[in-house]
Amino acid sequence: MSTALVTDLTIFILALLVGIEVIGKVPATLHTPLMSATNSIHGIVLAGALLIGVTANNLVGYILAFIAAFFAAANVVGGYVVTGRMLKMFRRRAVPASPGGHAEPGVPELDGLNGHKGLKGLLSKMDRSKP
Amino acid sequence: MSGFTGNIQLVYVLAAACFVGGLHLMNSPATARRGNQVSTAGMVIAGVATLILMIHDGTVTATGWIVLISGALIGSAVGLYAAQSVQMTAMPQLVSMFNSVGGGAAALVAIYGYINAESNAGGVLGTTTVFTVLDVIIGSVTFSGSIIAAGKLQGLIGGQPIIFRGSRLLNAALAVVAIGAAAFMLSTASLPALLIVVLAALAFGVMMVLPIGGADMPVVISLLNAFTGTAVAMAGFVIGNWALIVAGALVGASGGILTKLMADAMNRSLVNIIVGGFGTGDSAVAVEAAADASIRSIAADDAAIQLAYASKVIIVPGYGLAAAQAQHGVAELAKTLEERGIEVSYAIHPVAGRMPGHMNVLLAEANVPYPQLKEMEEINPEFARADVALVIGANDVTNPAARRPGSEVSGMPILDVDQAKSIIVIKRSMGHGYAGIDNELYSDPKTSMYFADAKKAMAELTAAVKTLVG
Repeated sequence: MSTALVTDLTIFILALLVGIEVIGKVPATLHTPLMSATNSIHGIVLAGALLIGVTANNLVGYILAFIAAFFAAANVVGGYVVTGRMLKMFRRRAVPASPGGHAEPGVPELDGLNGHKGLKGLLSKMDRSKP
Repeated sequence: MSGFTGNIQLVYVLAAACFVGGLHLMNSPATARRGNQVSTAGMVIAGVATLILMIHDGTVTATGWIVLISGALIGSAVGLYAAQSVQMTAMPQLVSMFNSVGGGAAALVAIYGYINAESNAGGVLGTTTVFTVLDVIIGSVTFSGSIIAAGKLQGLIGGQPIIFRGSRLLNAALAVVAIGAAAFMLSTASLPALLIVVLAALAFGVMMVLPIGGADMPVVISLLNAFTGTAVAMAGFVIGNWALIVAGALVGASGGILTKLMADAMNRSLVNIIVGGFGTGDSAVAVEAAADASIRSIAADDAAIQLAYASKVIIVPGYGLAAAQAQHGVAELAKTLEERGIEVSYAIHPVAGRMPGHMNVLLAEANVPYPQLKEMEEINPEFARADVALVIGANDVTNPAARRPGSEVSGMPILDVDQAKSIIVIKRSMGHGYAGIDNELYSDPKTSMYFADAKKAMAELTAAVKTLVG
């Protein structure tokens, strides 16, 4: 077994465990956006499609590279946009119907500072750097 | 690994860290949007790193650039259009389509690599590993299976399980052919073998999803999601790219967890669902009420009185609510009740919808604040304090028979609706739910049945409550 393969397998197993740990904490309320978000994450296959495309030099190669790039790009762009669209709708309080249609939700309200420890706390503090 | 490629791998690791961080922020609705932004940033980083790698590589032909860029641009446009125009009720179909193209792209990475290596002198031996064939098989199964799932969800293909004589035998045969040809691919460079693997896997994907009933879709979508992730991780092994491996593993883990949650919530084993056979379609067959006529039927005004003079109301929405497009109506009714100072919350069963968490998104779209959306474990103890439990288009998940052994739903986690002081069930008819059995809740002396289409019922109830309390 080559070193590269061992490294790849190690990364795979660790990522799987991290995934189980992190995703197990996502509340059921967010399961649809979660699935949509992970959908956009597997759009990273676009990088794979582009990287195999570099060697394309005949018709079959070009056709396969085109379809792969097309599929992966649709996946990644569509996934992120639709996840954003869904998450925008989750509000803490009902927003009074505004005349302009979509109300700008602004900065998402945080559940207080309690419990914002670790990475989440770090990232959310970055978000709250401005008062 | 040369220094340059090594540096790029590190950038990919950074991107992967963004994906993990982004998913971590999704543990609360308050930070979830930021999570999506963090994840998007990771994707942009990965994209830029890939472009740098391609330019550095220098082997891309002019035609190659045109092909790749036009493919990516057209794909982006299609994805963007689909994402912006999709209705929230159609979200499961869209997610399914993204699963499909993601799996397809992952399969193409391996297929392309195999063909490319074979067309160059030296053949493919040594470069074809078990990951190549796994990528091709899983990616192809996901591609075709997800298209069928999307077709069922969209109503293009009947929601009824499609089973014909020998279909299981055919499935087994397809699996054997795919695995056999794949084993051959591993030992001998052979394009025909690759073609056979692809075709058999595509056919298997179709055959796997066709027999699965519409009500089992939450499990199927989750499972196909896990498949896509696995295929992408395999593609990562094939081209030795860490970003693909990590991203694929994350998605695989997520899909796996959701599959288990959904299967548990439906009281079905995964094998049972895949083997298929007894799930029914969206429209429950209208069965006449059982001979015992202990069902109490009421009209909108009576229901409105109960609601208007309650102090705590729990709404139990099921797929029937979404099917009737009544989510805005129910939000309106809830608002009217809240204006009277009545405490309103929603009890969301894990499988209330066509994919995990679907009902929450539908209600969020109807401007229902997320703190009112309660998960099963959280809301169950509250039913005893509720004056009225308003069940809209939900059936099996409220059946108290699940607590006893000996019925189709035995052991299924249910909402403790029968604990409420009174219960109003809005339903079109006495049709059975997906398990095909009578719901004991309906003959409970505390239960009143209000037979109507959910959307119409919501409008009537809201109007009646308003007139009542003027």
